Amino acid sequence: MEIYLPIADLPVNVFLIFGMGLTVGFVSGMFGIGGGFLMTPLLIFIGISPAVAVATVASHIAASSFSGVLSYWRRRALDFSLAGLLLIGGLIGTFGGVSLFTLLRRVGQLDITIGLSYVIMLCSVGGLMCWESISSILRARSGQRAELRRPGSHTWIHGLPFKMRFKKSRIYVSIIPVLGIGLIIGFIGAIMGIGGGFLLVPMLIYFLRVPTSVVIGTSMVLTLTTMAIATLLHAATNHLVDAVLAMILMVGGVIGAQFGAQAGQKMPADRLRLLLGAMVVAVGVRFALDLVLPPTDQFSIRTMETSK
Amino acid sequence: MILRRASAVLAFALALVAPLAPAAAAERIVSSVSTHRVLINSNFTGMDIVLFGTIEPDDGAPPRSGSYDLVATVTGPKESVVTRIKERRLGIWVNTSSREFIEVPSYLAVLSTRPFDQFVSPETRRRLQLGLRSTLLTQRIGPDFADTVRDDPFRMAFLRLKQERKFYVEDTGGVTLLTPTLFRATIPLPAEVPVGDYNIDLRLFVDGAAVARSSSAFQVAKVGFEQFVASSAQHHGVLYGLATVSLALMTGWIASIMFRRD
Repeated sequence: MEIYLPIADLPVNVFLIFGMGLTVGFVSGMFGIGGGFLMTPLLIFIGISPAVAVATVASHIAASSFSGVLSYWRRRALDFSLAGLLLIGGLIGTFGGVSLFTLLRRVGQLDITIGLSYVIMLCSVGGLMCWESISSILRARSGQRAELRRPGSHTWIHGLPFKMRFKKSRIYVSIIPVLGIGLIIGFIGAIMGIGGGFLLVPMLIYFLRVPTSVVIGTSMVLTLTTMAIATLLHAATNHLVDAVLAMILMVGGVIGAQFGAQAGQKMPADRLRLLLGAMVVAVGVRFALDLVLPPTDQFSIRTMETSK
Repeated sequence: MILRRASAVLAFALALVAPLAPAAAAERIVSSVSTHRVLINSNFTGMDIVLFGTIEPDDGAPPRSGSYDLVATVTGPKESVVTRIKERRLGIWVNTSSREFIEVPSYLAVLSTRPFDQFVSPETRRRLQLGLRSTLLTQRIGPDFADTVRDDPFRMAFLRLKQERKFYVEDTGGVTLLTPTLFRATIPLPAEVPVGDYNIDLRLFVDGAAVARSSSAFQVAKVGFEQFVASSAQHHGVLYGLATVSLALMTGWIASIMFRRD
């Protein structure tokens, strides 16, 4: 069944889009991430212009993360004060990222920057996740207890001033790394057009030692807020959010997310991280191949936005 | 004095009318299209428009010895397009240079009865811009705006990519003469057809000379729900954004209630 998208200006198969929403929703529910890094390339692949894809995916992520936030909130598994501080850093980072985005576009090197940052970011983060989870699985196999949380171990992060107690997360850390992490996520998100959940979750676990039980819900609060703001900004400035496309993606996404969350709860945490790491690496390699392999067509055309 | 001025005005008026007189003695094209308004609704997947008409010979003039040839040029709304080329730099493929095509047709279909070289001279072809190769494509070259030579790599790539996406069509058999004076042509509009005003320019050729011309038009517009969404997004961006965000929150909320397990 074909349906014509009013903003993207092309007909698409409803079931294909719904299926994509369902699949990415499943993944995002399973790992507690937005899934933007999967959805945006998929939409571009089926012929939707990158600008419309990035703008529309933001609203899709807002929907699936809101349903996630609600269910984590009912289980009291999120830390609002931590999320609030991250958000302050995130907004500053977003502003910086958008400025750099504009600068790079003026210089004409935006595409290559986005491509390279996808490759570097996804391959390194995914690689680290794989390596960490494999060693944790091996440790568990050999009989040692997996140490996810070492309360006694203090790194240099814990020596920083302006400490604050986050009751829900049961941590007592300086607000400087919290704001810093928010800043980095906001900055990267603005440049790469992603929510950054897959970066935020490991950062909170490894740097701040936030317990796994609260980390996903808290990360989702941040994703929800930034993506809702992004949708609003894209709609107000570029007029590129396709509500029909967003609606189909959202419905698929929220249904998929529910099944994904159930599947995720059944799987051991280290396996889950290995799977996510492998997926992140796969997307990174896919971007790397695009840069390295000769293109099928050396030429490309794009309608200039000013003529709209 | 008054008389002299009146005669001058009369002479001027005659001078204006005079060049038109021979044209009135030639053939006339009467044509129409199957629809003047192409409506894009939610199940639009492209459409064919039929152009049809007759060639009316001039009253009293002796019948022409040669046969008629027709060229229909359909032009969509203007747009500017940037064409880029990728080259290998330090092992990765990057866009190295680009060319801007300024105010070129977003849609262009050239349909004719026969291949152009069989009924017009290359000179006429160039002058009347018959066919994609001969169409004027303004490009920004440094500080200037000009068209390039026909074999310019950017120009050829632009035409090729536009044709691959069905936005540019050249069919040298696209106009059929059903009888010596009755003709018919099909204008294929792809699913991604740009919204706006389309112009059809019809030219009649006899023995290599352009003897008549007529033009007609049609419009491509979004209707109903599609039109509502597109115009709200364009004119009420903030409200549209708020509506989309609330839609997202509603969807998320409904899902969390429907699948609630605790």
